Amino acid sequence: MAIEVRIPTILRSYTGGAKVVEGAGDTLGDLLTDLDSRHAGLKARLVTDAGALHRFVNVYVNDEDVRFLGALDAKLNDGDSVTILPAVAGGAFGFAAAAAISQHRAAAASAGRVTHGAVTSGAGRVAAVGRVAHGAAVAAG
Amino acid sequence: MLSIDRSIVEAIVAHARRDHPDEACGVVAGPAGSDTPTRHIPMDNAARSMTFYEFDSMEQLRVWREMDDRDEEPVVIYHSHTATEAYPSRTDISFAGEPGAHYLLVSTREPDTEEIRSFRIVDGVVTEEPVRIVDAAVDPHAVQSYMFGQSPATVDYECSGR
Repeated sequence: MAIEVRIPTILRSYTGGAKVVEGAGDTLGDLLTDLDSRHAGLKARLVTDAGALHRFVNVYVNDEDVRFLGALDAKLNDGDSVTILPAVAGGAFGFAAAAAISQHRAAAASAGRVTHGAVTSGAGRVAAVGRVAHGAAVAAG
Repeated sequence: MLSIDRSIVEAIVAHARRDHPDEACGVVAGPAGSDTPTRHIPMDNAARSMTFYEFDSMEQLRVWREMDDRDEEPVVIYHSHTATEAYPSRTDISFAGEPGAHYLLVSTREPDTEEIRSFRIVDGVVTEEPVRIVDAAVDPHAVQSYMFGQSPATVDYECSGR
């Protein structure tokens, strides 16, 4: 079973510079274990010691963020395409506070697995309200 | 050294001013290997926070794929600090995942002047670099240099709208 995996620049040292590698597995966790057998060290960059997907990376199966597909338990099928990207985040915030947010997000993501549709549409509404409010501020300014 | 067109810097500053007091963030893409930022892509700050920014993961996938299709890479990754200096925080350093990118920070804490500084962040090590603002629209040979991010207090960013 071949699954195409797109590797970001920062992790290509583990794949001999390759941008795309192939692997196999029924779940994302299995796939990463399979990849690690040929690209030693790769899995440790993506999965924490506690066995959870690392906060600093985004992993997608086809067009979906795996945080909403069960993270490492996300099911994979032959022909799927997995994309790994470094998360882009930061800010003036202290690190402890950022870690608190990440835990909050992890909780939200696991809640999202149960009621995925509701969470997604809720987020959409918040974003839309944000944009409307933002537009009003610009017009007023 | 980061060389960047003045019109792009002005667009970044305008974005940071528009989203102030929330942090603004985005990318400037450029042809792979060129080290030249050419295409400004303002991104949503999914955190909508005054002290934190985060690309929306789905928007990031779309933009990164688009860059891939166009044979581009993220030459500049920028964000604003709205109450502190334009220097990478510990959070910025822990999260920095694009070793080839210039991390551009804009501070909007002063209403009339912007502080713009650029850094390389590789394996947790921050190295500041000079920013060279190129006036391509006016004269391709005219160059104004800011070493190590001194606030360009004498420059009037007309896009800042103040």
